[in-house]
Amino acid sequence: MSDKRMTFKKRLHIIKHHYRDKKMAPAFNALHTFLYTPNETTHNGSHVRAADDLKRTMNTVIMALIPILLFSMFNAGYQHFSAINGFPENFSVMEHFLTWDNFWIGIIKVLPLVVVSYGVGLLIEFIFAVIKGHEVEEGYLVTGMLVPLIVPVDTPLWMLAVAVVFGVVIGKEVFGGTGMNILNPALTIRAFLFFAYPTWMSGDKVWVHDAVNLAGTPDAISGETVLGYLAQNNTADMAAKYDVADMFFGFIPGSVGETSAFLILLGGLFLIFSKIASWRIMVSAVLGSLVMGFFFNQVVEWGWIGETSKFYGLMSFEFWKHLIVGGLAFGIVYMATDPVTGAQTTRGKWIYGFLIGFISVMIRVFNPAYPEGVFLAILLMNVFAPTIDHYVIRGNVNRRMKRLKNAVIHPKDSEGKTAELQPETV
Amino acid sequence: MSKDIRIKKGLNINLVGAAEHTLSKAVLSNVYAIDLHDFHGITPKMLVKQGAEVKAGEALFYNKNNEQMLFVSPVSGELVEINRGARRRILTLKILADKEQASLEHSKLNFKEASATEIKEYLLKGGCWPFIKQRPYDIIANPDLNPKAIFVSAYATAPLAADIDFALQGKEAELQAALTALGKLTPGKVHVSVGTKNSIMSGLEGITLHRVSGPHPAGLVGTQINKIDPINKGETVWTVSPQDLVIIGELLLTGKFNAERVVALAGSSVKAPKYYKTKIGTEIATFLYASGVSEENSRVINGDVLTGSKSRQDGYLGYYNNTVTAIPEGDDYEFFGWNKPVFNKVSNTRALTFSWLMPKKKYDLDTNTNGEHRAFVVTGQYEEVFPLDIYPMQLLKACMVKDLDEMEQLGLYEVAPEDFSLTEFICISKQPHQQIIREGLDLLLQEIG
Repeated sequence: MSDKRMTFKKRLHIIKHHYRDKKMAPAFNALHTFLYTPNETTHNGSHVRAADDLKRTMNTVIMALIPILLFSMFNAGYQHFSAINGFPENFSVMEHFLTWDNFWIGIIKVLPLVVVSYGVGLLIEFIFAVIKGHEVEEGYLVTGMLVPLIVPVDTPLWMLAVAVVFGVVIGKEVFGGTGMNILNPALTIRAFLFFAYPTWMSGDKVWVHDAVNLAGTPDAISGETVLGYLAQNNTADMAAKYDVADMFFGFIPGSVGETSAFLILLGGLFLIFSKIASWRIMVSAVLGSLVMGFFFNQVVEWGWIGETSKFYGLMSFEFWKHLIVGGLAFGIVYMATDPVTGAQTTRGKWIYGFLIGFISVMIRVFNPAYPEGVFLAILLMNVFAPTIDHYVIRGNVNRRMKRLKNAVIHPKDSEGKTAELQPETV
Repeated sequence: MSKDIRIKKGLNINLVGAAEHTLSKAVLSNVYAIDLHDFHGITPKMLVKQGAEVKAGEALFYNKNNEQMLFVSPVSGELVEINRGARRRILTLKILADKEQASLEHSKLNFKEASATEIKEYLLKGGCWPFIKQRPYDIIANPDLNPKAIFVSAYATAPLAADIDFALQGKEAELQAALTALGKLTPGKVHVSVGTKNSIMSGLEGITLHRVSGPHPAGLVGTQINKIDPINKGETVWTVSPQDLVIIGELLLTGKFNAERVVALAGSSVKAPKYYKTKIGTEIATFLYASGVSEENSRVINGDVLTGSKSRQDGYLGYYNNTVTAIPEGDDYEFFGWNKPVFNKVSNTRALTFSWLMPKKKYDLDTNTNGEHRAFVVTGQYEEVFPLDIYPMQLLKACMVKDLDEMEQLGLYEVAPEDFSLTEFICISKQPHQQIIREGLDLLLQEIG
C-alpha cells in the first residue's frame, strides 16, 4: 500500500518536472497540489510557517456549507411534493422530510447545479491560469459551492453556465483573479442571473421545483416564498401558513440553500470558532438588520402607514423574523464575510456589516418587484468597502501626524551634530 | 522604578530543542568569516589586501559613504580569501586565525568624562560602530545623526532565541560602561527593556528601565519603541542588542575589540542543544557537531527561526547573531495535507488545526511552507499577532506598489523587517513579508533618505 503510494507520489513529481515552464504547468500543478501539499520550503524570512494555507481556509468554508447543501437537497423534494399533495399534518422530519423521494429531487435538480457551477467555473479558472501563467488559485472553491445555493431550484443549467462565465470573468479575472476582485463573484453571478433572466429568478413560481412547468395547468402549484407572500400584503393568515419553527429550521420555499437559518447559524458559529470568517461583520450585520426592522415595526406602531399601504405586509413583519426568512442569514454568514470584497480593517468591518444588515432590510421592504435585498446590499457595500477602509486608515495616519506635531525636537549644535546633553534618568 | 509594558497581541511559538542552560567552550575555529550581507546597505572599501596579516580589532574595510566607519576583524590572522560576486561585489572575507591571538590595542578613553564626539570617534575607530543600528530603515546608524533615544531590548521572546540573561552573566561592568557612553550620544533617554525584575540589566544606572510581558513579539525592540516612544517622520532612534553592548563595553574598558560571544545552539535537529562560548565569524561546525546533529537533511539558521538567515552546515556565525538554530528541512510532499486535521503544526486559526488546544505543547516544525504563494486574501489575521499601532497589511501593500506617500503615512519609519516576522509566519497567502518590508525600506531610503 505504502509502496504503491510512494511510486504514485514519485511519478507525479517526475511529471511536475516534465511540465515545468511549459504552458500547461499551472493546470498540472493545480491537480498535483490538490493531492499533495507541495514540497516548497522557506528560503529567507520566517523559516517556519503556520499550518494553514488558502486551500485549508477555503476548505473550512466548504465544510460549513456541506450540511446546508444536504439539507437543501431534501428540501427541494419536500417543497415539491408538499406543494402538490398539500403540507403534511403532524409533520415529522423522519417521515416527511428525510425521505428518498425528497432526496431524489435533490439529486436531479440540485446536484447538476453544483456540477455545472464547479465545472464551468474551474474550467475558466484553469484557462486563465494557463493563459496568464499563474497558479490556479483557490477562490473559486467557495464561490462554486455558494452559487448553486443562492439560485432558485429550477434554474436552467445553461443559464447558470452563462452566468458563471460572466461572473468569473467580469467579476474576478479581469481584476487579476483571487484576492483582487472588487465584487463578490458569487453575488456577481447571482446579480447577472437576476437582471438577465428576471422571470426565472423572481416571482412566485420559481422557488419550488416544477411550479413553473405546471403553471396554468389544472395541477398548478404555488411556490411563493415567505417574503413574496408578505410583499403582497397577505398578513392575515401568515401565522397559519408558516410557523416560526418552519422558518427557522428551513422547511420553506426559497433559493436552494438559504432556507435553513438553523444550519446557517451552525455554519456561522463554526466559521467564527475556526477564525476563518469575521465575527465582527456577522454580528454587526445582524444588528443592522434588527435596527432597520425594528424601525419599520415602529413606523407601523406609530400609525404612519395603514394596512392599505403596499409596504404594510413587510413593515409589520416582526423585526427579528427578517433574520430567519429569505437570504439574509445566508448572505450575512457566507457573502458579507468575504475578506477580499469586504472591509478589511477592524473598525471598517463593524461599519460595513452594520450597513449591509440595515440596507438589506430596507431594500427588502421597499422593493416590491423583488422582496429580497441582501445580495444588492452586499454588492453595494462591496463597492463602498474601500472607502470605509480609507477613512478608518486615515484615522491611524492622522494619529501619526498629530504625534509628529507634538514631538519634541531635540536641539542640535551649530554643526548639526549631537548636542552635549546629559540623558534624563529615572 | 520600572514602567510596565504589557503586550496582548502576538503568538508564542513553542518549539522543541531549546538550549539548555549550560555553557561550553566551542572548539577554536581555524577560519573565521565575515559575511557582508550582515551589513545591509554598506558599500565596503577594502583597507587590507588578500594575504595581509591582521590583528583582532584591526580594520578590514570601511564604509564608502562614511570613511570613518571601520569594520574590524574578530581575530588575528591572515586574510586568506576575498570572495566576490557579480560586479566584483565583495561577499565574504575569510581569515585564517593565528594560534596565538593578538589584539590591536587602542589607548583607553575616559568615557565618563569624554564628550559625545570623542566617544563616537572612539567607537568608529574601534570597530564597534556597526553594532549600533538605527531606525528608520534598520541599517547601521549614521553617526552624523542625533538620535532622540536609544533602545535596548534585553528580553528575547522569539522561538528558541538565546536567553539574554544567561548569555550576559558576569558582564555587568561592560554593559554599564557601554550604556554610560552611549547615553551621551543622545539628548533623550536610553530605554532598556527587560523581562523579569532580576534581569542582569535591571541594576544598571543611567537608563530608563521597562518591564515587558506578553507573547512574542513583546521582546522585539520595534514593539518596545512603538509602545514607549514611537518614531515620527524626521526622527531617528538607535538600537543596540545587549550582546553587542558587551563588546562595546569591553572596548571602552580595555581598549581591545573582543569578538567573544555566547551563542545558543538550539533546534530539534540538535541532539544536545546548549550554549557555547565562541567568537563572531566562527565556523558553525565547531560547535554544531559537538552537540550532535540528528538529521542529515536539516536547515541551519544563523539566528532564530523567524528572522535568521539560511546557512550551510559548514557556514559561519553571523556578525550580529547569538543564536544558531537547526531544524529539519520540510522538502517533502504530504498527501492531502491541505484538508487533513493537523496536530503537529502551529496555527493561529482553528481550521482543523489543533494547536489552540495544546498551548503548552512543544512543536517540531520544519521548513515546509505548508502551502503556495498567493495574493493577499484573508484579512484581520495579521492584526491578531501584530501589536504595533500600524495597519500591517495596508503597509505591506503600500510597499508592494511602491507608494512612497502611503508607506510614510502608514508608519514604515517605525518598523524593521523583523517586526513582520510573525505576520509572515501566520500568513495564509505565504507572502514574504520581511522581504517586502526590506525592499520598501530600501526604496524609502533611496528616494527620501
